[in-house]
Amino acid sequence: MKFAIALFSSPSAPSSRRALRFAEAALDGGHDIVRLFFYGDGVHSASANVVSPQDETDVARQWRELISTRQLDGVVCIAAALRRGVLDEAEALRYRRQAANLPAPWVLSGLGQLHEAAQLADRLICFGGD
Amino acid sequence: MSRSLLIISRQAPWSGPTAREALDIALAGGAFDLPIAMLFLDDGVLQLAPGQKPQNVQQKDLTANLQALPMFGVESLYACSLSLQQRGLTDTSLAVEHLDDAGLRDLISRYDQVITF
Repeated sequence: MKFAIALFSSPSAPSSRRALRFAEAALDGGHDIVRLFFYGDGVHSASANVVSPQDETDVARQWRELISTRQLDGVVCIAAALRRGVLDEAEALRYRRQAANLPAPWVLSGLGQLHEAAQLADRLICFGGD
Repeated sequence: MSRSLLIISRQAPWSGPTAREALDIALAGGAFDLPIAMLFLDDGVLQLAPGQKPQNVQQKDLTANLQALPMFGVESLYACSLSLQQRGLTDTSLAVEHLDDAGLRDLISRYDQVITF
């Protein structure tokens, strides 16, 4: 089955960890993930500036590794990201901010990517709330 | 045939960016000519309250964006009767169809995909 996964909750929300575990389980089960789309507070999970204490789970790093090793399409909504201070190099330059915190494999793009993913996938699975 | 999407908006208009971000998904989908519907449920019906003064809490007016929905081709607009009634809303700033519990069940089952905010 082809899944599209949307994440709306912050990295500290249990639903954010559920999204990660679901993505891993779907791939391990032989399914495809057409796209990960991070929206709302979910964009914080894409920030490379998250520093987790050594004995705590680093969800942002786990997402990056999952996307890189499985070669997934990881898209962060540009409007939601800019509003929350998650910027790639191009946006940091454009808005004259001192730091960029969204390196590859993440891609900034618009809401059309969510709609396209929902059309391409058999199921759109959303993770939000607690 | 495009898959249909129902967006359920459950947050009050001034409780953070969520109501606006839910609306943006609907507007973007409308711009792509996709079959989109919006349901206002629970505190989400407060977005429909007429005569709001968002400038008093230093916020932008969401009502104008809501009224753009039909212009973007999003004409299937619904609100939960009970949510409206519980919050004392008899008048709404946007024309929406009121649904009882059976109507809500039927609506959700009619759509291919559902996103809840």
